[in-house]
Amino acid sequence: MQTLLDAFLNAFQLLTSGDPELLAIVGLTLRVTGIALLLALLLGLPVGALLGLMGRFPGGGCVIPLIYTGMGLPPVVVGLFVYLLLSNQGPLGELDWLFTPSAMVLAQMIIAWPLVVGLTLTAVQSHDPLLPLQLRSLGATRWQLARTMLLESKLGVFAAIVAAFGSIISEVGAVMLVGGNIRGETRVLTTAIVLETRKGQFALAIALGIILLLLSLLANLALYRLQQRGAPR
Amino acid sequence: MLKKFWWGLVVGTAVLLLAACGPDEPEVLRLATTTSTEDSGLLEVILPDFEEQYNAQVDVVAVGTGAAIQLGEAGDADVILVHARSREDAFVADGHGTERWDVMYNDFILVGPADDPAGVQGMALAADALAAIAESESTFASRGDDSGTHSKERSLWEAAGLPTDPEVDWYKSLGQGMGDTLRFADESGAYTITDRGTFLSQQDSLPNLAIMVGGNSIDENGDLSLYNPYGVIPVNPDKGDINNELANSFAEWLTSVDVQAMIAEYGIDTYGQPLFYPDSQAWRDQ
Repeated sequence: MQTLLDAFLNAFQLLTSGDPELLAIVGLTLRVTGIALLLALLLGLPVGALLGLMGRFPGGGCVIPLIYTGMGLPPVVVGLFVYLLLSNQGPLGELDWLFTPSAMVLAQMIIAWPLVVGLTLTAVQSHDPLLPLQLRSLGATRWQLARTMLLESKLGVFAAIVAAFGSIISEVGAVMLVGGNIRGETRVLTTAIVLETRKGQFALAIALGIILLLLSLLANLALYRLQQRGAPR
Repeated sequence: MLKKFWWGLVVGTAVLLLAACGPDEPEVLRLATTTSTEDSGLLEVILPDFEEQYNAQVDVVAVGTGAAIQLGEAGDADVILVHARSREDAFVADGHGTERWDVMYNDFILVGPADDPAGVQGMALAADALAAIAESESTFASRGDDSGTHSKERSLWEAAGLPTDPEVDWYKSLGQGMGDTLRFADESGAYTITDRGTFLSQQDSLPNLAIMVGGNSIDENGDLSLYNPYGVIPVNPDKGDINNELANSFAEWLTSVDVQAMIAEYGIDTYGQPLFYPDSQAWRDQ
């Protein structure tokens, strides 16, 4: 009980103290997750929209189960894959990305991408099947069609963004492996929590956890406001 | 007819009694220890003997020394087996543990990239090598996790007259386990302090690392400050819900001559040298 109380006090003190090391950790967490999310959206939304439309055509049906499986990829396996890719002995060893934030972005992007694609395509698929037909008959190209369907599926797309963000900001296995948890360089909130737990600094670890949750809450509040503003009235 | 009934009753009761006299449910002992003892595979080899002798089940929680001590302080472990002498003594002095028993020792070594940019290979003292690493600003990987190894590394920097945990570019504080830190050093061409056992057991996957200070076995290690003793401490039963009796039996068993002989043997088959050297009072007295 004492530990929990200490933890809350600790979190409050940490937040108000403006400790530069903590700020750096929070900053890196947001930067890595933000860039990874952005990339995953850029690469995932169009694919999701296209697949959502293709699902009605023969052939599309065998890709979708693969995407759904990707939505459940264990982060640590993704981390291991990226690690082997970027290791000195790996095919991309020349990049010297291992143990840098770039490696962490790559890993998180790979984790987020199937989530974005999967949820987007489900949202697009859930529309009236006649809508794409109608759009095509109005002379829309495939990309115009995808764009319109995405706009029509705003809610589903928001769900995709929220799910992807939540899964990668809270992810620890992959960033620990490929980032190395280096103080001042690749330490993010989740890896710092693991470290403090291992050191037996449970109060500090929980405090960091509370900060992570607060960040997540803030980001989701912002997303929700955005969604409300875009929602049909 | 009645006679048969009585016989049945007698036989039935006897069977039930015999069944009740059979082996009891094993008692659980919660052992908090460091990753080095677990990763080396030593516990797996010796613990079954204890479990059989005392009809016990040992639940091993392998964490850093800092966390193991914390588990003991919180009363979440019955006994701890760790390696950070000054913190162990403080643990007993503060009343968290009843008594510290010497168990065994091995040694730390300094490993680094084979091309040795700091030119430290073959130095006798780790502190001198660390000074040379700092001088040349060669990359150094630190556990950075408050473990026994991290404690030792700090004391070596102090011995070299340099600041501990410096915030400089070449000093990488990882906050990870020994295996992870070794892999990092191997990939990034960094130096690091490791216990010899973990290095030996993972050497195959560390092609770029070589031993810089400490020699090829503990006999070649000329730096006494790299000595790494392990101690076992039963947790103070005042904390409540502590199996102190079994914890004491465990400490006695671990330091007994028979088990110490098992420790002395472990690793010779695989690595050509033991990973731990027995050092209990009973072993030294024999």
